[in-house]
Amino acid sequence: MSAKLVGPSESFLVTPARKPPAIQCRGLTKEFGTGAARVRALRGVDLDVMGGELTLLVGPSGCGKTTLLSVMAGILNASGGTLHVFGEDMTAMSDSAKVRFRAENIGFIFQQFNLLPTLTAAENAMVPLLIAGMPRRAALAKAKAMLDAVGLGDRVSHMPWQLSGGQQQRVAIARALVHEPRLLVCDEPTSALDAHTGHAVMELLRNTALEQDRVVLVVTHDARVMEFGDRIAHMEDGYITKIETRDGVVAAQPPAGGHGSLAPKQPPAPTASPPRG
Amino acid sequence: MNWIALRMLTGNLGKYLGIIAGVAFAALLIAQQSSIFCGLMLLTSNQIGDIQGADIWVMDPNVRFVDDVKPLSDTQLYRVRGVEGVQWAVRLYKGLSRARLRDGNFQQVILLGLDDATLVGAPPQMVLGSVAALRQPDAVIIDEAGYELLWPGEPLRLGRVIEMNDRRAVIVGICKASKTFQTFPIIYTLYSQAVTFAPPERKVLSFVLAQPQPGIPAEELCRRIEANTGLKALTNEQFRWATMMYYLKNTGIPVNFGVTVLLGFIVGAAISGQTFYLFTVENLAQYAMLKAMGTTNLRLVAMILLQALLVGTIGYGIGIGLAATFGAFAQGNTKLAFYMPWQVLVGTGIAVVLMVVGASLLSIRRVLVLEPAVVFRSG
Repeated sequence: MSAKLVGPSESFLVTPARKPPAIQCRGLTKEFGTGAARVRALRGVDLDVMGGELTLLVGPSGCGKTTLLSVMAGILNASGGTLHVFGEDMTAMSDSAKVRFRAENIGFIFQQFNLLPTLTAAENAMVPLLIAGMPRRAALAKAKAMLDAVGLGDRVSHMPWQLSGGQQQRVAIARALVHEPRLLVCDEPTSALDAHTGHAVMELLRNTALEQDRVVLVVTHDARVMEFGDRIAHMEDGYITKIETRDGVVAAQPPAGGHGSLAPKQPPAPTASPPRG
Repeated sequence: MNWIALRMLTGNLGKYLGIIAGVAFAALLIAQQSSIFCGLMLLTSNQIGDIQGADIWVMDPNVRFVDDVKPLSDTQLYRVRGVEGVQWAVRLYKGLSRARLRDGNFQQVILLGLDDATLVGAPPQMVLGSVAALRQPDAVIIDEAGYELLWPGEPLRLGRVIEMNDRRAVIVGICKASKTFQTFPIIYTLYSQAVTFAPPERKVLSFVLAQPQPGIPAEELCRRIEANTGLKALTNEQFRWATMMYYLKNTGIPVNFGVTVLLGFIVGAAISGQTFYLFTVENLAQYAMLKAMGTTNLRLVAMILLQALLVGTIGYGIGIGLAATFGAFAQGNTKLAFYMPWQVLVGTGIAVVLMVVGASLLSIRRVLVLEPAVVFRSG
């Protein structure tokens, strides 16, 4: 990956020439607990995420990447800062509006698949449609078509326990895509899969992003999937410390020593751009 | 989403059946014990229902229940007849006597003496013989259960002779009669005969049975009789309730059955509640996933309540069915008192609703406070 330095004035955020970001975080903070038990999971995150891209959130355990994913997906409320998703101000949105927003705009993919064990593959895949209020018969037909699209057309009546890990994750992907969300949120989608299956799943996700101009956000520490990222946000200790993009732009926003405040942005440093998948 | 809720519930067959078993057990226990209680209460007042023909019972003011006989002087009959609005009034003897069988054995019996002229209060359903046969000398009618008690295993036969108070009594009829609390055989005879079968007393009139004139409510006539005679007058229904209330207040029956019903409720609630709660807790990750995907809290509450309603309905049905089967069997093969009125069904239903709603409230609380972010591993 070739490196290109960016200074504070350039910012690692969106290049003005491009379309506006689908997700825009500014000074995003998230705290849990109070007093001595207070934990600052996000300490002021600035991040832009573009449509048609697959963005990876990477970093060590406990760095806040899942918290950031949860806040961006509207299932955790931010403690401070601003967050716009598809132009909607999520920090000003009521909880009930967020629930509706999630149902309409977001698809979820989980590390352990989280399929309902008592439903078949097709029934699992139609859950978001039922949440949206679609009649069961129509939802089932659409879910079967989606399963067919992810290569599981012959497994629609299988129960989750009758499917391999890769197949279960593909059912989960079908479930995440069936209601045609604009944002796909994926938490460690490959960590329970072998290398080959994980590669296939990431390809599927990447194609989903590219073909349909979706936003795909993936939290991972699986080094094998880095090649699929159009944008890789490195996190550490509640900050985004580095952003890598395919066009070679590299941004850095590390904390300066102490916790709790964003330090001035570091001078540009050369790094490699992520390889194209 | 309701469909998903039902699939989540029925998909885990072990838990599903466990919850239903808990509810069914509770419903069975509550319905069965309540029905036995109701059956016992009915036994206490069955004779009031069996003595048909008159709407009003007139008695000594101190009488508290049907077996609490405080004899009146015969003149009271005429005082009652003199009250405005009384169409007619007749005598009724009710007391205990001792029947001596041919083999020398004795058996306590309930002796009912009916008005000689009208036979008001005669048994409504005869098995053998006729009520009119009571007009024969020394004639008595005995109830079927009493006959089987006196002559167990022997076929029903008229003409048998017993002795009461050293006087000969010939069985001229066998009738159906409701079971009584005392379980003694019931002997029907004429009033004039009854007083000779009973131990001699100065006053022998137990009750006066009265009928209001058309258009006069029984309650109104009761008030007039009480005001004019100083006696107590009750309608059939009032006398039934007075009798049942006496047993409720003065015996340990309600407490004993109440404790059993309460235990049934507690045990059933504990079993079904705990199983249902554990079922929900085990599915918290699934609820969190549904929450994250945009299912509202209201919808999740509806899903859980639907699950509770389903297990409650099925458990209730099974429990009531088992209780009714038990009752049918018990009534056919034993002397167990069992009566399942609609109030028992409603009461058991309310208990089951409280049980499953209580159990689901605990579960609902867990789901409502559930943070959907738990679907993501910590990172």
